[in-house]
This record gives sequence, C-alpha cells and structure tokens, in this order.
Amino acid sequence: MTMASPILELEGVSKNFGGLKVIDNLSFKVMPAERVALIGPNGAGKTTAFNLITDLYRVDSGRIVLDGRDITTVPSRKRIGLGIARSFQNIRLMPHLTVLENVMIGQSAHNASALAMFQPVNLFPGNRWRVHAREALGAAGLGQYALETTGALPYGIQKRIELVRALLSEPRILLLDEPAAGLNPSETEELRQQLNETSRRGVTLIVVEHDMHFIGAFCQRVVVLNFGCKIAECSPHEAQADPLVREAYLGSDEELGQTHAA
Amino acid sequence: MTGYLEGVFVLLAINIILAYGAFLPMAAGQLNLGVAGFVAMGAYIAAYLSNEYAWTPLAAALAASIATAAIAFVVAFPILRTRGIYLALATFALGQVVQATILNLNVVGGASGYPVSTFLGGGMVGAVALAVVIVVIALFHTRLGISLTAVSDDEIAADMMGLSVRWLQTVAFTLGSAVAALGGALYAHHFSFVEAQNFGIMASLYIVLYVLLGGTQTVWGPILGAAVFTLLPELLRGSASWRYVIFACLIIAVMVFRPQGVVTTGMLRRLLDVCRPRALPQGGK
Repeated sequence: MTMASPILELEGVSKNFGGLKVIDNLSFKVMPAERVALIGPNGAGKTTAFNLITDLYRVDSGRIVLDGRDITTVPSRKRIGLGIARSFQNIRLMPHLTVLENVMIGQSAHNASALAMFQPVNLFPGNRWRVHAREALGAAGLGQYALETTGALPYGIQKRIELVRALLSEPRILLLDEPAAGLNPSETEELRQQLNETSRRGVTLIVVEHDMHFIGAFCQRVVVLNFGCKIAECSPHEAQADPLVREAYLGSDEELGQTHAA
Repeated sequence: MTGYLEGVFVLLAINIILAYGAFLPMAAGQLNLGVAGFVAMGAYIAAYLSNEYAWTPLAAALAASIATAAIAFVVAFPILRTRGIYLALATFALGQVVQATILNLNVVGGASGYPVSTFLGGGMVGAVALAVVIVVIALFHTRLGISLTAVSDDEIAADMMGLSVRWLQTVAFTLGSAVAALGGALYAHHFSFVEAQNFGIMASLYIVLYVLLGGTQTVWGPILGAAVFTLLPELLRGSASWRYVIFACLIIAVMVFRPQGVVTTGMLRRLLDVCRPRALPQGGK
C-alpha cells in the first residue's frame, strides 16, 4: 500500500437538528479515484452526510478536509468549484430549461463570473460551451433529448441527465444519492457503464445506494451508518457478513428470536 | 398616422418597456410590486435633468435609468433578504415610499405634478422600446438567461451548481429597475407632464399583470401581455362603460385556464417544431 493522501476526509463531524443527533462524530477517509458506498438503514444519515459534504447543511462540529485543505467553512456554492459535485435523491433538474440548458448549468462551477454570464450560449449554435455540453450529452447517449424539456422525460433518462450535469462541473469527487433507485435493470446497466467510464477518468465516487448487487459489483469499500454513527468500514462482501451491520438492517438475533417466539 | 393611433402606439411601446422592468426580477423568481416606484424615479430624475440642466431627452432618460439602477442596487440588499409574499410586501412598501417622497418634494412640484419642458416624439419612443426588446431578448440567450431561470426553478440546486443566487437576484432586480426607469423617463418626455399619483400600487399591479398574463417563462410573454393590456381596452371602447368589466373577466379567465401565462416554453417549442423543416429527425450529433 502506497502512502497516498486521502482526497476527502471527514473528521469527527456532527450535526444536530433540534435535540436529534443525525450525524454523530462521523469520520472516514476516501482515497483518490476510489469507489466508496455509504450504506445503512433508512434514517441512518446517509443523505445528511452528503448534505454536510456539500454544505447544504453546515456542520455543528468537526472538520471536512479536501485534499489536505480544511473546507469546513467554504460556502455551498463554492464547493462545486473545488471539485465536489453531487446528484440528488429526488432528481433536481430545472423544469423550465431544456436538457441542453440544464447540463450547461453544470458548467457554472468554473464559469459563473460576471463576465461569463454574457456568454451567448443560446444565441449561436456554434458557441463553445454549447458545443461542449452537446458533446457530453452525445457521449452519454442522450444527444437526441438535447432540446426537450426535462419534465416529460422518463425517470431513468432524467437521472442520467443529472449525472451529465454534475460531470460538466469537472468534479474530482462525485456524490451520487441513490443513482440506481427507480431504474429498471437495463437502465441500471447503462448507469453502471456511465459510472465506470467516469471512474476510469479518475473521478472519486461516493455512492449512497440500497441496491447491494450494484454496490457489490461497483464499489471497493463501504462505510456503514446507523443512527448517524459509523458502525463498519470494510469491503461490500465483509459488510454483508458483519453481525453489527446485519443487526442494523434486520434487528438483533435476540429480537428476531423474540419475534419468532411471539 | 392619426393622433389617436400614435397615442396608442406610444403607450404600447412604453408598456412593453415597463413589462420588461417587472419581468426581469420575475424571471429570477421575485415579484416586484414596487416597480411603479422605479418608473416614477426614472420619470422624475429625467424630467429634472431636462428642466434644470437642459439635457436632451435621450441623455436625460439614459442618466435617469443609470441613477435608478444605482438606487435599486443599494435597496436590493435589505429588500432581497425577504422571500415570497414578504418580498412582494417589501417591494410594495418601497413603491409607496417613493410615491410619498415625491409628493413631499416641492422642487419637483409635489402633489401638483411636474411639467416637462422638452418633448420626445413617438418614433423615438418606439425606437428605444425596440432596442430594449432586442437587448433583453439577447440577454436571455446568454448564460445569464439560463442562470436566472435556474434560480427561479430551484434555488438550492442552482446554488449547488455554483451559481450565486443572491447575486443573480440582485442583478435581475437592478436591471429590471433600470428598464422600468427608462420607460418612466420616456413617458415623462412624451406626455410632458408627470404626477406622483400615476405611479401608485395600481400602476405596479398593471405592469406585473402584463407579465403574469403574457407568461413569465419566456421573453415573449411580456410583449404579448403589454400588447393585450394596451390594445384590448381600446378595442372594447365600443362597449363603453362595460369594457373594464369584460376586460377584468378576461383576465380571470386567463388566470383560471392558463395560470402559467399565455406564452410558455412548451408552446414556443411546439411552434418551432411546426415551422422547422424536418431535416434533422435524429436531432443533434
């Protein structure tokens, strides 16, 4: 094992909502180009962890370190410019923009200065940013949807558009919140190819997902959360055998025994 | 052109400009119910420059527009801290403050109104309106246009994508106020008289209605809305005192059957599809 330094590090991160500890002293590291899954039962704090990494919520305590730099106090809109992009559990594409315009919003990360705002992206078909966005859609096999509005498109297509939008910000870390949820098997396969391609280009992937087959086939490591605490950090295979993990998902053997007895 | 027709034409040109003044902040998701206050600022500042410093009408209008933009930019910071209905109320109050201030300013005639010494012809008003339309349409084909729509669609996702929501909303509010002020300045110089009473909440409501009726999603909506609001009352003149009743019922009907406004992005796309030759069935490369 080489002594590579982690690209992302959470150090004792906590978040309370009212009196409720949703994330409790969470620490983990992610190495460059790694594929990590964040798993756990409903309400374990997986999406909250993403929201803290992207500063949708500010941490109450602890540090978030990106590439050795403390970014705990960097505001949300600047984190994507540092290389942290995300997709949302419930797709958040802009309903009044076309697919092409939506993915061009992804270019804002390195391109939202006052001057950049005057780029005539919709005035000339040959505009460099427009062409670039079109090529990205084409490469993802979504070229034919470029000029459609997003609302009417199938769920699976919208998910992949959101992925292209995130990728156009040229992220170093991509946070995917349940990318395979609601997809049929062929859509899941297309998604996995798209993610494999992304991973090959060196983008670090952190995935919240329930589909254990997907995780087993795609991720090298899992971080397991339960009630906001990390209860395991291991390979997907080991996680399935871990008694603590099984207990978190299924309840303890004792409880199970009681249920059977009743 | 008869005097009557020219009068209607000039009103149409000015109303289109005012509609864009309300449209710009609305495109970023902000309802500005104080837009008439900015129209008043533009009208009075331009009139004052013409009367006291003998500026030409166009130079005065331009300067008034820039000065109003500066004021709007400053008030944007406290005003845009509020959201939704509170933003609407805050802008409404701002409009009232402007109106009341003018009523108390004796240097511009106070409640008795303010005559304007120089005159701007209908042709020139039309030309400026055309320029405003072209500039706004061009602006909405830039990254700014899609970014404003993104902010009004989903502020959180826009922020996560790296857009500065506050900055974009401030820009939209400031630009809208500048455009509204330009319309006010043209109004002052064409009709040669301004009085504060004309710039109250009813004026703001009408201007906002142009946009809501025409549609807030595209740059074409405000033109249509302003045209309908200017021309329809004239066409209904035949039915004399009932025309405003018919007019109001039509507004209700549009709001019930087409709450998103008459012109929408979907409608424009379908129109384009019909007009476009079927050369690229597979679309894009």
